Amino acid sequence: MQQKILALLETNARISTEQIGIVLGISQAEVEAEIKKLEADHTILGYNTIVNWEKTDREVVTALIEVKVTPQRGIGFDKIAERVYQYPEVTSVYLMSGGFDLTVVIEGKSMKEVALFVSQKLAPMDSILSCATHFVLKKYKQNGFVYTPDEKDQRAAIWL
Amino acid sequence: MMESMISSRIDIIKPSGIRKFFDIVTQMEDVISLGVGEPDFATPWHVREEAIYALEKGRTNYTSNSGLLELRQEISRYLATSYQINYKPETEVLVTVGASEAIDLAMRALINPGDEVLIPEPSYVSYSPCVILAGGVPVAVPTTEKTDFRLTSADLASCITDKTKILILPYPNNPTGAIMDRENLIDIAQVLRQHNILIISDEIYSELTYDGEHVSIAAIEGMYDRTLVINGFSKSFAMTGWRLGYAAGPEVLIAAMTKIHQYAIMCCPTISQYAAVEALRNGMDSVKRMQEEYDRRRKLLVHGFNEIGLECFEPKGAFYVFPCIRSLNMTSEEFCDQLLKTERVAVVPGNAFGDSGEGYIRCSYAYSLANLQTALERIGRFVARVKQA
Repeated sequence: MQQKILALLETNARISTEQIGIVLGISQAEVEAEIKKLEADHTILGYNTIVNWEKTDREVVTALIEVKVTPQRGIGFDKIAERVYQYPEVTSVYLMSGGFDLTVVIEGKSMKEVALFVSQKLAPMDSILSCATHFVLKKYKQNGFVYTPDEKDQRAAIWL
Repeated sequence: MMESMISSRIDIIKPSGIRKFFDIVTQMEDVISLGVGEPDFATPWHVREEAIYALEKGRTNYTSNSGLLELRQEISRYLATSYQINYKPETEVLVTVGASEAIDLAMRALINPGDEVLIPEPSYVSYSPCVILAGGVPVAVPTTEKTDFRLTSADLASCITDKTKILILPYPNNPTGAIMDRENLIDIAQVLRQHNILIISDEIYSELTYDGEHVSIAAIEGMYDRTLVINGFSKSFAMTGWRLGYAAGPEVLIAAMTKIHQYAIMCCPTISQYAAVEALRNGMDSVKRMQEEYDRRRKLLVHGFNEIGLECFEPKGAFYVFPCIRSLNMTSEEFCDQLLKTERVAVVPGNAFGDSGEGYIRCSYAYSLANLQTALERIGRFVARVKQA
């Protein structure tokens, strides 16, 4: 049941607890209790809205940075990742297999801002060996949502 | 001049009375429609991709009349694993242009002038015209909400005459969403066993069964030899536009149907057939995902209609709910017409599916939850207004 609730919330965080109850065949109170539990144990980390900022006046530049690090004795990569994710401009940090160690996604107002962040804050950090910064040119799909969805229902309005 | 040239057989097929209503719907803008009998999902991507590969490889020739052997083998395997019914791919399976063609072929292959065909109603609209065009006599077997629109042995027995040759078994049912579970099938099988009646089981919605497994009547004792199973890819795999279905049954009947098919159609679209192979091999997860989403919507709609005060029995199959509007003292057509004009929501009057559908409306849930929610709000407003007046 928990997984079913999570799956519904993952695709639409605004679905009401009443509606979740109806479609899963349990009471609204049960849904609310489950969600409270999931929030308390941080299974649910938070609720985001997926925004296409291109449609607004706000300038947003996203960059994906490949970071190589020297893991510190005894604490591995976690301590370094922790220092990196403290910065509010960092939206995601992942530990990777393969040619580099951390993927750091950052958002800034301009390329310059991002570049300054990398050169002044990220690159000089202890244990960070190198940074390769890739700017996102265009977003097509994020978290399951397509940026320019095909809205129109192609079907006839009535079909027996 | 041309009018007098048209075959008199065509005149026997009555033009649908609700054509006018349909015309109004299609001309209106910004309508929220719950009127469509096809999935809102696109065909799963891996299936579409397989079709693209087939095109790239130049698979653009005819296949054998009966369909790609590879596909018939997959169909045979699917029917055996899902419904425990076994058919030889070489001689007992025919790939058709949708389940629709299979229905037409079966009628033409079986009916002699005057043969009666039993059609439980309300049901899909093509059975009766196919029977008429084949020279048969359609006989409606009304089903009611009292039995959850299932066919009972008593109703069936009361309609059988010396001329009865075929029973069409349209479950899971469009438009009611009714199903026939194993016990219901055993019940009617008792009657059928006493007569020389063939069953054409249209199981196109078999994958969309909720709270239980679909059972084919061909799997009921003594029924296999007298049953033609019809199914297809349109509903289960969201492949309506590919036009692909199939029939499986006794070799003699499949051979007779193939005879007509080879002259009328030659063979089904090759690209569609390759896509269907992929669908059956690797598409069952997608089917399950869609089925689960339909189930959520089904619950939302049933709950919504009961809240609104329109009694709605819980359908166990297909993607329709069939709420009763009798409490409002209006006909199905009046309801649909006024709902469309005042709230811009399109649903289908129940009488489109036979006289026994009068007093009901068909609402499809092949729409997103958000869309259904908005439609429910509007229908609720409309019903409240009618009740006040």
